[in-house]
Amino acid sequence: MADEHSPSGTRWIWNVFWLLLIVTGVEVALGIIKPTVLLHEVAGTSILNLIFIGLTLVKAGYIVQYFMHLKYEDSTFRSSIYLPVLILIPYLTFITLFEGVKVFGY
Amino acid sequence: MKAEYGKMMMWYFLISDALTFSGFLTAYGFMRFANEKTWPIAEDVFTHFPGISGEQPLLYVALMTFILIMSSVTMVLAVNAGHERKQGAVGWWMIATIVGGFIFLGSQAWEWYHFIIGDKGAIELADGRVLKVADAETGEVLSLSQLVHGEAGHASNHSETFTMTEVQQAFIANDEVVLQSPGKGHEQLSRSESVAALGSAEVVQGANMKRNEYGQKQFANFFFFITGFHGFHVFSGVILNIIVFYNVLLGTYERRKSYLMVEKVGLYWHFVDLVWVFVFTFFYLV
Repeated sequence: MADEHSPSGTRWIWNVFWLLLIVTGVEVALGIIKPTVLLHEVAGTSILNLIFIGLTLVKAGYIVQYFMHLKYEDSTFRSSIYLPVLILIPYLTFITLFEGVKVFGY
Repeated sequence: MKAEYGKMMMWYFLISDALTFSGFLTAYGFMRFANEKTWPIAEDVFTHFPGISGEQPLLYVALMTFILIMSSVTMVLAVNAGHERKQGAVGWWMIATIVGGFIFLGSQAWEWYHFIIGDKGAIELADGRVLKVADAETGEVLSLSQLVHGEAGHASNHSETFTMTEVQQAFIANDEVVLQSPGKGHEQLSRSESVAALGSAEVVQGANMKRNEYGQKQFANFFFFITGFHGFHVFSGVILNIIVFYNVLLGTYERRKSYLMVEKVGLYWHFVDLVWVFVFTFFYLV
C-alpha cells in the first residue's frame, strides 16, 4: 500500500541499529573463530561463506527497507527499484564467477 | 508512481551506482577465482589495530563498519527530526553524521597508509610470483626484519627497508626457512628450490599499483580501486551533508516548509553504508 506510513518515534531506528550491530558482531566473531564445522565445502564454497553472504543480504535488506524507507514507498516505485537490481546483479555475478572458475581450470 | 521527482531520480542514480559497484566486486571475484591458489587472504593482509600489538584480523574493519552504521543511524535521526520540522534537532544530527563521515575517512587513510608501507615484506621471483618467507615446519610467516635480525627483529618491518643481498645472506644462513605462497593452501617451495630462486629475485615491501608484497598484483589494484571509489563516495557524501547542514542553519528548509532535501541526501548516505556492507563481506570476510 502506498499510503502506509513509516513508524513514528525513534524506537524503530534503534531497533534496526541493534540488529545491524549484532549481525556485524556475529560476522566478525565467525570470521575470527572460523569454526571447523562450518568450513565444510558446499556448492563450491564453504558453509561459512554462505552464512556471511546470507547475513550480508539481511543487513542490506534492513538498510534499504527501513533506513532508506523503501518499504513504505509506492509499490510500483518499489518494483522499479528492486527489479533491475535483483535481476542484473545476480546475473552478472553468476557469469563472472563461473568464467573465473573456468579460467582457473584452463 | 507517487514519488517526488527528486527522490525518484536520486533512487535511479543509486541503482546505476549499485550496478557500477557490483561490476567492481564481481570483477574482483572473477580475478580471485581465476587465481584461486595464489590470491592473498585478506585476513593475513589487514591485521593491525591502532594501539594493540600483534595480529588482529578483522577488528579494524569491524570498527570502520560500526562507524559507518552509526553515522547512518544519526542520518535517519536527522531525517526523522526533519519530518517533525525540528530545525535544531536536524542540525545536531547532521553534525553527528558529518563527524562520523570524517572519522570513517580518517580510518580509511590509516588503513591505506599501513597497506602502502607494508607489513612483513616478501620476495618477488623472476617469474613474477610473490612469496613470503616462512618457517618450513610450522608455516608461520616471518617478517624480513625477523629474518635479517633474528630474535631482535620485529613482526612487522615498520619503515625499515632491506636489500636483496641482506635478505639472501640471512636466508641462506637460516636452514629452517623456505618460500611460501601467500594464497590459500600456503604451498611451499622446497629449501633447495627456495635458495635457488633467490638468486634472481627481488625484495618487495609495501604496495603500489605495480607490485605489492601481499601477492597477486591485481589484489592491490582492486583494493585501491574499490575502497578508493567507495571512499570517494563517502567524501562526496560528507560534502553534500555539509551543504545541507549549512542550509538547515540558514533556515532554507524551514522556509520551504519541508526537509525533503535532508531525506534525499540521506538516501545517498545510506547507500554509501550499504555499499560498505558488501565491500566488508566480499573484500575482507569471505
